[in-house]
Amino acid sequence: MKIHQHDVLVVGAGGAGLMAALYASKSANTAVLSKLYPTRSHTGTAQGGVGAALGNVEEDHPEWHTYDTVKGSDYLGDQDAIEFMCSEAVQAIYELEHMGLPFSRTPEGKIDQRPFGGHTNNVTGKPVRRACYAADRTGHMILQTLYQTCIKNKVTFFDEFQVVDLILVNGMAAGVVAVELATGEFHIFRAKAIIFATGGHGRIWEITSNAYAYTGDGVAIALRNGIPAEDMEFFQFHPTGIYRLGILITEGVRGEGGVLINGRGERFMTNYAPTVKDLASRDVISRAMYLEMAQGRGINGEWYLYLDVRPETVNHYAALDGRKRPDGSPYVVTAEELLGKLPDIIDFCRTYLGVDPMTQPMPVQPTAHYAMGGIPTNKYGQVVIDEQNRVLPGLYAAGEVACVSVHGANRLGTNSLLDLLVFGKHAGLSAAEYAKGASFQPLPADAADPARQQFDALLNSTGSENLMDIATEMKQTMMEHVGVFRTEQGMRQALAKIGELKERFRHVRISDRGKIFNTELLNAWELGNLLDLAEVTTVSALARQESRGAHARDDFPKRDDVNWLKHTLAWMRDGKIELRYKPVVITKFEPKERVY
Amino acid sequence: MQVTLKIFRYNPEQDRKPRYQTYQVEAQPTDRVLDLLEYVKGHIDGTLSFRRSCAHGICGSDAMRINGRNRLACKVLVKDLQTNKITIEPLLGLRVIKDMIVDMEPFFEHYRSVKPYLINDDPPPQQERLQSPEQRARFDDTTKCILCAACTTSCPSFWANGQYVGPAAIVAAHRFIFDSRDQGAAERLKILNDQFGVFRCHTIFNCTEACPRDIQITQAIGEVKRAIATGRLD
Repeated sequence: MKIHQHDVLVVGAGGAGLMAALYASKSANTAVLSKLYPTRSHTGTAQGGVGAALGNVEEDHPEWHTYDTVKGSDYLGDQDAIEFMCSEAVQAIYELEHMGLPFSRTPEGKIDQRPFGGHTNNVTGKPVRRACYAADRTGHMILQTLYQTCIKNKVTFFDEFQVVDLILVNGMAAGVVAVELATGEFHIFRAKAIIFATGGHGRIWEITSNAYAYTGDGVAIALRNGIPAEDMEFFQFHPTGIYRLGILITEGVRGEGGVLINGRGERFMTNYAPTVKDLASRDVISRAMYLEMAQGRGINGEWYLYLDVRPETVNHYAALDGRKRPDGSPYVVTAEELLGKLPDIIDFCRTYLGVDPMTQPMPVQPTAHYAMGGIPTNKYGQVVIDEQNRVLPGLYAAGEVACVSVHGANRLGTNSLLDLLVFGKHAGLSAAEYAKGASFQPLPADAADPARQQFDALLNSTGSENLMDIATEMKQTMMEHVGVFRTEQGMRQALAKIGELKERFRHVRISDRGKIFNTELLNAWELGNLLDLAEVTTVSALARQESRGAHARDDFPKRDDVNWLKHTLAWMRDGKIELRYKPVVITKFEPKERVY
Repeated sequence: MQVTLKIFRYNPEQDRKPRYQTYQVEAQPTDRVLDLLEYVKGHIDGTLSFRRSCAHGICGSDAMRINGRNRLACKVLVKDLQTNKITIEPLLGLRVIKDMIVDMEPFFEHYRSVKPYLINDDPPPQQERLQSPEQRARFDDTTKCILCAACTTSCPSFWANGQYVGPAAIVAAHRFIFDSRDQGAAERLKILNDQFGVFRCHTIFNCTEACPRDIQITQAIGEVKRAIATGRLD
């Protein structure tokens, strides 16, 4: 078996992984492992923008960004970490620009900014232009720019290596086990410091904006190695996925003046968020959409609504709202201007729906989008493994796989890109610093055995269960019972179903017996991860008897700060899930009712 | 509707040479070709191998030949093909590893060879470097590239000689050459003036037709040729 050795090892090559690699490689021998070519990573699909209070087009302050993020998190975010992220944001954007990121520009040549849900002027309560953007392909440009800078800095990559296990020795990080897709061979990567940047797990739901690759590998591996998962019950449903397909339509559409319309032709968000309306935060809007549809006010009574960005609609509602341009003139748009700002989503609608958003409204429904929960870390990216935030030496996590927690119970749009920039960078810096003073841990002779056993079990199964059937049933169950609205009864049904699916998963049939690019075997292993995370999500959600942010329970409709202002920690021990809790860090902002 | 898929198959661990396999599947006109491949893999033949990730035309994983044209399997719908017979084959000009999976390394090597990153040795300002909307628009089209390789592997010049850097690498170079913040145009133009550089392009336009992002590739290559010929970037 081939053994590689690097001071710092980054697992995952999306935004967080590449930021970590850029900063770690300045002072430490660093390598990046990724199951995809780096430019295939899911960061590339982010559209609307990255939040930072540059104040380029109107007054704004990092303190306002901090407060908005705390409020958006429904007070479950850790305020020290949020303040850190929002203060670092401004510098992070300038650094990206210096690396060459082609941001859209103001007439003066500065980085342009647009409004996004939940981001407000803290004095007036009105939306503020805080999202720095590059048309509607901001994530694509971030991913390209970071990868290009990695090429410039000669960062070492191992592309198409699937990480399958973490090696811990004496309670410290020692390395990872990975499968090389091209050969099917197991490799061991030994390292002093390991950074997990493996992304999210939105493939456990049926309607999802997430890539096939988003199978929660990092959290699943962490759980198998005794590391808890934090706040897994909080998963964001983005309001505007393309009907049935789940493909994301950026919130930037509403930032540019698009509105949600129900089957009666009403702009219903006025009833749910009178001040910011269609730019309320995502949990609020997704719930409002479900309520509208449940009351028969979907389009033709069906399970979708319209997102309308036709210029005449935008201008009609902008006039009603009294919306102004930064220079004080009334906000009036043309189709040409919208095409320039939202080219990709217009292309998606034409391709997948045959709908031209300049002349027709887009059919949309909420789509599973983002994991607020994940591997617990502190603001330096260090993985912390208990209620006292004890650090696991040498292990780091950043980006969607991590839970710092800056998003708490609900993430604001544009804060995911910001999270991966700021915490990717700091995880990289901390890991390199740690590696300077650390030594390699001795590797046990059987380091690859646990992973090998998982793969052997899949290959040696003599059953006839079908992988795709199991995946489909899991996704439907999670969508129905552990989605936007939840009840005890529904979640108990979901748990029973997941238990059944996990049992059936032990009897799957793998027809590909080969070594080279055995994607069937790898997909099966990924499905095992998804099943574990579906279970952890449901158990965490069932225990939390309140409604907060993205976790909305019909049977406990109110937020309960007396009993539940705390983070969930879930461990997987001998196949059983054990829950404990740790306090939320509150510095400046006492919890109060959340109104938009 | 019933669709007949005729799919290129090659498994180096079993097959001495490539073959085609036919599958009958039930499809909706609005299904993506990728959905049909997923269905075959999930329910008929688990050994069928292909790359995919985002499934909506952004990650660039699933470029392949569909009825003879390079396309992203996730961005072409059954109804777009206007036939119920669909032939699916790997990209041309890159070594086939297994089924639709080709060796992407030579492609990325060409990409890296044109210095696809901002070159500017001046110390950066405290805030952003300024760039007017017009300067930004100058290279907007080539920022859209997702490195799917559909263009390069549709190019007869690349098929004839794999040492040709190919359209995608020239697009990457263009994105920086015409960026007002960049200072590396001269060194990139020198690389592209090489015998395996831009002048291998014979303006056949296959690349432009193949691009799933609608980048005007042939035009971009023309602009790079002109910059080499005139020494000017306008």
